Amino acid sequence: MTKEEKEALIARLEERYLKKYKKKFRVGIEEAIQNTLWGYGLDLSRCIGCRRCVYACVEENNCSREKPQSQWIRVIRLKKGSLINLEDSEHYYNPELVPEKEFLYIPVQCQQCENPPCVRVCPVHATWKEPDGLVVVDYNWCIGCRYCIAACPYRGRIFNWGEPNVPPEHWNTSVHYLGNRPRMRNVVDKCTFCIQRVRMGRYPACVEVCPTGSRKFGNLLDPNSEIRYVIQNKRTFRLKEDLNTEPKFYYFFEA
Amino acid sequence: MRILINGLILFFILILTYLTSVFSKELIEEFPVPPPPFSEGIYPCSNCHASMDLNPKKRVLKDEHTNIQLHHAETLRWCLDCHYSKNRDKLRLYNGELIDFGRSYLLCGECHGNVFRDWKAGIHGKRQGYFIGGKRTYLLCVHCHDAHSPKFKGIKPEPPPLPPKVKRDVR
Ligand code: HEC
Ligand code: HEC
Ligand code: HEC
Ligand code: HEC
Repeated sequence: MTKEEKEALIARLEERYLKKYKKKFRVGIEEAIQNTLWGYGLDLSRCIGCRRCVYACVEENNCSREKPQSQWIRVIRLKKGSLINLEDSEHYYNPELVPEKEFLYIPVQCQQCENPPCVRVCPVHATWKEPDGLVVVDYNWCIGCRYCIAACPYRGRIFNWGEPNVPPEHWNTSVHYLGNRPRMRNVVDKCTFCIQRVRMGRYPACVEVCPTGSRKFGNLLDPNSEIRYVIQNKRTFRLKEDLNTEPKFYYFFEA
Repeated sequence: MRILINGLILFFILILTYLTSVFSKELIEEFPVPPPPFSEGIYPCSNCHASMDLNPKKRVLKDEHTNIQLHHAETLRWCLDCHYSKNRDKLRLYNGELIDFGRSYLLCGECHGNVFRDWKAGIHGKRQGYFIGGKRTYLLCVHCHDAHSPKFKGIKPEPPPLPPKVKRDVR
């Protein structure tokens, strides 16, 4: 697409959202910042499983609140000492207070793989990896076949069973074309590390809200970034390393 | 010969200025933070304390601050190890230096060196705002830990996701 075509498309979208949601949206098309490769760190020895991240994400990214409910972050609870198992771990836990002594909490969201299996299976090229490493979806192209959902080993992709159900006063009108703009029915979406924020130099919403400071973010190519500090100074690991998906999401424990 | 000596002197002066600049950078290292999380009306402390006689005895407080329970290596210390006895608006470091509450991390860092190192890098605790092209602030240790009873307190979790059937039910 040429610059003019893009601008025309954005103008059309902003007009449509104004009609439909009675809100003035700003639809960004900021491109990847040069020499950036976004990486994420999560300190499992501090995460308390409080789910503040889940709801901050829903709010920031205009996810459907209910009917259907759509959440991009899933927090798994695990007995301390057991092996990490994404398939049949408990994520409906609901105690009076967290953390609970005998449990560990593992938030899981799109891992922004360098080698994303979801991208490979898309029959219409509606999803791809950006130069800054973010795996994105063009909702206008997605045909809702859900091959990508089946291909993702992390359950990082979500199907929109209906139009987003967002209370009018809760729309976040600061959106990116490849991120949190209002989705249509029957398309797939996912975490983009808050593309609309990080390309403006802001932390993802989940990083900012975390009351324990367990979530770290930054440019993998910048030796002074938080994420590089984590990789250099902590014992990190990634989920399902054997699959060779090369996630850019690093979990760690205090040494 | 003279030129050689002059050169040597110049060389040492250069090294000295370099060293002092490095050293003073270390000293004026600043960490922007939001305002300290005081209870309303408690600061400035000197409003009350300036006119009070000092009672340095370790004791159970009865007249004021009764909500403060020391659970922080409390057998080893007392309030005035951290709060400066003669000016309650300041904290006191081990070497006697006085600091404002906005720099309380220096106090905590004296005993928790490893955590403090991580904190400076934005790893322990957290930073908020813009990491490119804007202001970024550090949360103080005391934004998350009660200085007097620092163990992180449990909180109520947000609700779990709905079960799949309910979640997808569009109508
Ligand atoms: C480990 C050092 C330390 C010790 C020991 C300590 N304090 Fe503090 N205290 C602090 C720091 C740091 C703050 C600042 C918290 C903030 O920035 O809001 C503080 C804050 C306070 C406040 C203001 C609280 C508020 O509600 O805003 C009072 C009052 C106080 N201390 C009294 C005491 C008393 C009384 C004791 C002894 C029983 C004591 N402190 C022991 C470090 C200490
Ligand atoms: C409303 C008046 C008032 C204010 C404001 C106040 N204090 Fe106090 N403070 C007292 C009184 C009265 C006592 C003595 C209580 C007792 O002996 O039972 C006391 C005792 C203390 C003590 C115990 C050691 C000592 O000197 O007896 C510390 C430490 C202390 N205050 C720190 C602070 C700090 C720090 C602040 C500000 C953040 C503050 N106070 C603000 C009234 C006040
Ligand atoms: C004079 C040394 C000293 C200073 C200053 C100090 N601490 Fe501590 N801290 C200790 C010791 C010793 C322990 C372990 C004993 C305990 O937990 O009571 C501890 C424990 C802790 C813990 C772990 C508590 C737990 O039970 O898990 C936290 C958190 C903590 N400190 C935070 C702070 C903060 C925040 C400050 C600054 C306001 C601070 N400390 C200042 C000595 C210090
Ligand atoms: C964003 C919130 C946050 C900030 C800011 C923060 N901490 Fe913590 N801290 C935590 C959490 C969460 C834990 C782990 C919970 C627990 O085990 O009690 C922790 C644990 C600790 C411990 C226990 C030892 C450990 O490594 O687990 C110490 C000591 C400590 N913090 C000191 C500090 C000091 C000193 C600062 C400031 C330089 C600071 N913290 C700033 C959230 C914070």
